Formats: sequence, C-alpha cells, structure tokens
Amino acid sequence: MFRYILRRLAWAIPTLLIVTFLVYLALRIGTDPVASYKRVNPRATRAKVQQYIDVNGLDPNFVKGYLTWLRNFVTGDWAPSIKGRREVWPALKDAMANTLRLGTAATVVGIFFGLIAGVFAALRPGGKRDVFINTSAFVGISIPPFISAILLQLLFAVYWQRWFGESLFPTSGVYPPGHSGFDLPLMIRYMVLPTIVVAIQIIATYSRYMRSSLLDVLNSDYMRTARSKGISERRVLVKHGMRNALIPVVTIAALDVGSIVGGLIITENIFSYPGMGLYFLKSFGEGDFPLLMPWMVVIVASVLLFNLIADISYAWLDPRIRLE
Amino acid sequence: MMGEKVMQIRDLHVTFDTPSGPLEAVRGVDLEVEAGELLGVVGESGSGKSVTFLATMGLLPTRAHVTGSVVLEGEQLIGASAKKMRDVRGRLLSMIFQDPLSALNPVHRIGDQISEMLHSHQSLTRRESEKRAIELLDIVGIPQPADRARQYPHEFSGGMRQRVVIAIAIANNPKVLIADEPTTALDVTVQAQILEVIERVQERFGTAVVLITHDLGVIARVADRVNVMYAGRNVEHGTIHSLFDHPSHPYTRGLLASLPRAGKQRLKPITGFPPNMLQPPSGCAFHPRCEFAADVCRGAMPELRQIDDLQSACVRAKELPRAESFV
Amino acid sequence: MAFRRFVSHKAAVASCGVILALSLFVILAPLTARYGVNQSVQAPPNSFLSPRGNAWLGTDDIGRDLYSRLIFGIRVSLLIGLASALISVTLGSLIGAVAGFRGGKFDDVMMRVTDLFLAFPFLVTLLVVRNVLGAVPWLKPLTGEMNSVRFIIVLFGIFGWMGVARIVRGQVLSLKEREFVEAARAVGASRRYIISRHLLPNSVGPIMVALTFSVVGAIIGESTLAFFGYGPQAGDGATSLGILVGAAKGAVQTGFWWLAVFPCFALIVIALSINFIGDALRDATDPRLDRGA
Repeated sequence: MFRYILRRLAWAIPTLLIVTFLVYLALRIGTDPVASYKRVNPRATRAKVQQYIDVNGLDPNFVKGYLTWLRNFVTGDWAPSIKGRREVWPALKDAMANTLRLGTAATVVGIFFGLIAGVFAALRPGGKRDVFINTSAFVGISIPPFISAILLQLLFAVYWQRWFGESLFPTSGVYPPGHSGFDLPLMIRYMVLPTIVVAIQIIATYSRYMRSSLLDVLNSDYMRTARSKGISERRVLVKHGMRNALIPVVTIAALDVGSIVGGLIITENIFSYPGMGLYFLKSFGEGDFPLLMPWMVVIVASVLLFNLIADISYAWLDPRIRLE
Repeated sequence: MMGEKVMQIRDLHVTFDTPSGPLEAVRGVDLEVEAGELLGVVGESGSGKSVTFLATMGLLPTRAHVTGSVVLEGEQLIGASAKKMRDVRGRLLSMIFQDPLSALNPVHRIGDQISEMLHSHQSLTRRESEKRAIELLDIVGIPQPADRARQYPHEFSGGMRQRVVIAIAIANNPKVLIADEPTTALDVTVQAQILEVIERVQERFGTAVVLITHDLGVIARVADRVNVMYAGRNVEHGTIHSLFDHPSHPYTRGLLASLPRAGKQRLKPITGFPPNMLQPPSGCAFHPRCEFAADVCRGAMPELRQIDDLQSACVRAKELPRAESFV
Repeated sequence: MAFRRFVSHKAAVASCGVILALSLFVILAPLTARYGVNQSVQAPPNSFLSPRGNAWLGTDDIGRDLYSRLIFGIRVSLLIGLASALISVTLGSLIGAVAGFRGGKFDDVMMRVTDLFLAFPFLVTLLVVRNVLGAVPWLKPLTGEMNSVRFIIVLFGIFGWMGVARIVRGQVLSLKEREFVEAARAVGASRRYIISRHLLPNSVGPIMVALTFSVVGAIIGESTLAFFGYGPQAGDGATSLGILVGAAKGAVQTGFWWLAVFPCFALIVIALSINFIGDALRDATDPRLDRGA
C-alpha cells in the first residue's frame, strides 16, 4: 500500500511538469503576455519590458522560457502582477482560502444530501420517492449553475426585500463592504446562496451515482448471502451494501474535482465572491500572466492530488485492487 | 434419528406480480424433510424448486405473495414476523447458493464473513468466533485455514469459495441446509469434491440437506429420497431406489431417459419447452409434452397419489407400461 | 424493440414534442416573431417595460421586444448546438473507433489527453482553448473572427469530441471481442473495412446518445461563454440565448425579473428536454436490456 502510494507520487511529478508546460504554451499563445503588459503599461520603458520578460520566462524560445519560469517559480522569485504591480502570493493565498471554504461547504453539503437521496431512491426502485428524487436530480443537472444563481438571487435577495423589507441572504462578497475582522454568523449568511448553487449540482450528480451503484449492489448475490445469515436488515445494508456501493462513487468523487471547481468559478463570479474563480476570470480578462501561471499550477496540482486520493481510496475500499 | 420430520411444507403457493400479470411460480407444493436425510429436489429451470425454498427462508422479494404452511421444528414460518425469520435464518435453516463467485462479499475477509454468521446467533467473544471460523474452514477441507481466514474472496478459486459458503452455512449447526444448485457453476472434478463436503457435513452433524438441482446424475450419487418438480408442482416423490428403478410419472421417465449412460446408444431428450407460467396448461401441466397424454390429463390438476412405493401425480400412472429400470 | 422502449419513456416523448415544436417555431421566426431582432417596440420611453400587450415578455434596456429576441436567440443557440455537435460527434467517433480498435500507443496517448482535459475545470479549459484557437493565424479562414458564431461552432466542435471519443472507444473495445468482428478479421478484412462496416454501425446507439449530450453541452457552453462576455458578439443586434441570459445578470439587482426569468426558463426547458431524450435513447439502445425485456 505504502509503496503503491509512493509509486503514484513519483508519477505525479513528471505529469505536473508536462501539464504546466502545456499550460505555459497555451497561455503564451493564447494571451500574448508581452502585448498585455504593454497594453496595461503603455509608457513602460524598453528596459522595463525586458525585465518583465526575463522574470516571467517569456523568452521567444518556449522551452528556454519555460525553464526560466520554472526556476523562478520554484525558488519563489515570483513576478508581480502587470496591473498595479501587486504581489501574487498574498492574493492567491486569500483566493485559495476563500474557495476552499466555499468548496468544502458545498461539497460536504452536496455529497451528504446527494448520497442520502441516492440511497432513498435505490431502496424502492420505481416507487414514488424514487421517481421524485430521480426527476429532481435530472432537472438539477440540466440547470447550469449561473441560471440557478440568477434565479436564487432574484428570489431571496431582490424580491424578498421587496416583499418583506429586508433581503434574506446577501448576494455578493464574504462580508458587507467596510467590514473587518472575523464574524462567523455573518460569513455563513453570505455563503448560503453560493453554497446552495454549487451544492445543487453536486447533489444532483451524486444522487444519481449513488442510486445506480447501490441498485447494482442490492441485486448482487452476496446481499442475499448476508440476509440468509439472519442479521438485521440495517446491518445488511450498512455493512454489506454501503461499502460496496461507495467504491465507484468515491472514485468518481475524487475525479470530479474539476467540475466542482468549474462550478465554483461560475458561482464566485456571480456572487462576487473573492475566491479562485474571481481571481482567474479577472486575471484572464487582463491577460495577467504573472497572476495566471501560479493559479494554473495550483489547479493542476489539485487535480493530480485528487486523482491520487481517488486511487488510494479505491485501493483502500476494494481489496481486489491492492495486489496490483 | 431418521424418520423424524424436521420441516413440513404444505400447500405452498408463491405468486409474483409482474408487468405482464401475476405469475404463480409455485402452485401447491407438499414436501417433508426428515432429520438427517439428504433430500434431492429435481426439475428444469423455472419449475419453482428454488422459489419454494427461498420462500421457506423468507428471502423472496416483496413483490412475491406466499401462502400455505411451512413448519420447521414445530414453528410456522409463513407469516412469521421479520424478527422471527431472522432468528430462524442461519440458526435452524441456512442456504448455499449457486454461484460461489458472487455469493461472498468481495470487501470483507473470509474469516469475518464466517464470524458474522456466528455472532448473529451466538454470543461469542471475538477470539472464540475467530477460532471457530478456522475450525469450520478446516471441516470443509480448506488447507491452512488460519492463513486463509485472513484472505479475501478474490484470493480463492471457485471451488474453494463454495467451501467457504458451506462453512458459513453450517456455522450454527442448522437443522436443515438448503443447497441450491451448489455445483452447477463449477468444473466437473470440483463438483464431486463439493458433493463430498456436503455429504460429510450431513453425516458428521446430522444436518438434513435439501439438494436442489436440475441434474439427476448428482441426485443419483448422493440423495436418499427424491422430489421431482414440474411447473410449480410436485409430480413424483420416492426413495432414490424406487424412483430410478420404476419411475411412474412420464416427466420423470423423460428426465431419466435423457441421462447419459454407458452403453446407451442415443439420448432421448424430452420434446417441447417448459410451460409459460403466466398461462400454465390446464390439468396436468406436463400434458402438452407427454407422449401418454389423454383427455383426462387436461381436466383437473392431479394430486400426488400413492402408486406402489412411490407418490405420483400422474392420473394414468397405473395404466402406463412399466418403464425401463435405471438402477 | 429499442423504439418501443424509447416510446415507453413518457418524459422523452414529451421532450421530443417540445423540441420539435420549438424548432419549428424558431425556424419560422420571420412569421412568429413580432418585431425585428433590433427593433424597438415603441418610441421612447421604451426601456425595461414589464410584460404587456405590445411586448408579451417585456422589453430590454433599449426597448427591444424580449419575446422576439428570445425566438432569434434560441434559433442561434440551436444552430450552434446542432452544428458543433455534428462536428464533435464525427471527430469523436472516428478518433474513438480508431483508438479502441488499434489500442497501443495511439490509444494510450488519446485517452491520457482526454482524461487530462476532462479532469480540468470546464470553463478554464474552454477559455484557454478559445484564446489559443483564436491566436493561430492559419486557422483564421476556418474559424472566422473570435466573436463570430462560426468560431463558437468550431470551438465546441473541437472541444466536444473527447467525451464522444470515450464513449465510442468503450463500445468498440467491447465489440472488438465479439465473434462477427473476429470472423471478419479471420477472413482478412481490412481495418478500415471492419471499422466502417462493423464497428461504427454497431455503435449507432451510443453515438446517438453522445450526439444529444453534445448538443446540450454546446448550448450550455455557449451560454456560459456569453454570460462571461466571451461569447458571440451581438453584431447588428443579433443575439443568442447566452447573450440574453448574460443581460439578465445586470437586470437582477434592479428587479426587472422578466429579463432573467424568461431566458433562463427557455434555457432550462431546452437543456432538460434534450437531456431527457438522451437519457431515454441510452436506455433504449442499451443492449444489456434487450435480454429478458
């Protein structure tokens, strides 16, 4: 098991290098960082431009440029943003913390309710409850997050205020403007709507995964063997059903981090929530290469990390995998 | 104690709700299991033999309606509470299934799967149940049982897994062990070994065994008495010797004639197909395929009657020519 | 058999009706729309009128009829969905079939690439690919300007093949082991013949399913891009569902609910209907269900 993890880790590093190189290429071609710099700083001297090129590894030779960028990135010699010459790390760190908070809240809520809904649907396939859950999930996955965000904002903020004089949930940011310090209840109120938007997608997806996975398991012979032992129905379900049903779901969950981050990006933008998504859309819009590259590295690394977690949890849950 | 009846099934009916209407899979089965015997139940697939015994275990899906009576050790099982049935399952009555590859839970260790059976009906410490699990693996003939108990099902071959399934089934020393096609999914050489294990268990613990199979060859090797089922009914019943020597029911004759034997030139299969149980034939369900069928066979559903030393559900049993002996 | 199973799926049949009616309605846009796409309903003041007699679904910021614009928008969105789905399904089927059939290096590389793309946040990949596609000069004749509808179609065509390739590859992998393919190989049929005569025709079910999901993917994708301002630009006031939904973003805080509700509702109905059809198609063409049923 330990060696298996080590081997997977050893694989992750070259993958990270290759993928960041591809991202570097794509950004070089797609956003033309030097032109963006000149656009934002039209009066920059030739020396300033050259300095910008050197620090960011924007050599005309892509491979050489990438290696320069890599060296500077690893040694912590990060270039400031092209607009306003801000330090990148503090901005990235804050964005990461905010997104992690929203993402964790939405994932926990989403997976919890999604799994429960899936289990309830699977226990009586074809029953009223199953049809209701299944149809709702279907509607849920058909609604893009920005649509649900707009409709929720309209209902709970704008019209709630019209009808009851005060909006139920705020629609933008983490705190009201000018607020300072930590205030948990306030923060939670600000997070309710964005969390719901992201969680809807997760609930819809996972209830479907869980339902089909549990249905497969419930029809399997070992469930009948378990029942023939005379143990309680609950124990049959939990001890024999759940663990087997969770194997495929856990794998998908860890691989799904990309789509969850995708949902977060959209949601953050609509709720002006200062996380990774807002950070990305802003810096992408401005072609801000020094801000974009570290962001990409974080995303690539987390995708790889969750892949690794998927493999490990799969091996942990399913003894048939461990030998390989 | 031979002759004492441990389980009595009376007029058992099982009906499934299907999209195409109600399907009566078992249509009034009477059957007795005597203590310590090995009773064979034989029939084609769809004859209701597995459903009958799943009903006694209370393991049928909820869309099945069961009526009739099953008495085990003096207790009525049909209509008993779920709690009562849980107490019976695994303690008095246990079951071995057809496919050993899927009958064991892939994510739990073999030893734990046996211990779970022990814990559900006896209060044992963890150490005691572990020890007992290893003993059971030894009884069913698994080498190095202590090591094997820590392994997972995928590390076992099909035959070995079926031994484990048997070990689970006999863990609480049940009165009746139901073996539902226990050898069908296995290689021929392994089949013989599994049958030996079942016989050994029967002799050593005095467990009554119900062996459900479509293979008369298997029955001939191990059973004391045989019940032949067709279209959800018992059609013939008797000791292994009398049934093979002078079968009375044409269906039994057909089954025997289709058995490969040394020196026989050609196999004679039964013509036609098993009946559609959504609309079973009137009267004796076998009449459309029977070479002796007469008008009387299409009338009332025949009951089992004593014919010499056999019980037969063929109304013309006495008129038929004597069948070739297969002893 | 498959057809009967599809028809027994009531929601899917209803969805087919919805999509057909909607398509007919928007194809006949010159008749069904009440105003031109860029035409005001009345002389100013005409902005942000709530739904009323001369503007059934209200008007937008510069007094254009939302109902008519919705018709023109759905027209563009359906066109984008269908055209790009055709491209991506063609590409994906070919690549998936070849990858599944040949196996080896080609298969490995293809699947690695698709895994990578699919593991990434959708919007990020989409935006980056969009920019790269727009920056390659020799692609200009094919893609047109970055804010044209043609560009969006090509973008989603290129973007969508990976999901399709995966599905087709899986199907081909399982078909490859079947007797009739073995038989064709045994009599010396060429690879191309086997793929075109045996593998692809037998994958029609999964390909149809992939097609429906690609259509939804492209329609939602276009809306998402437009919502963030990277979609097709409204030259001459032309519009798409995405542009309309994007405009809703600004309308929410001010409470012009009709600008948000109607376009969002239209998008949900379209996405849901096509998803229902795809789901029913998947059930109907699943060979595992052929036995017994």
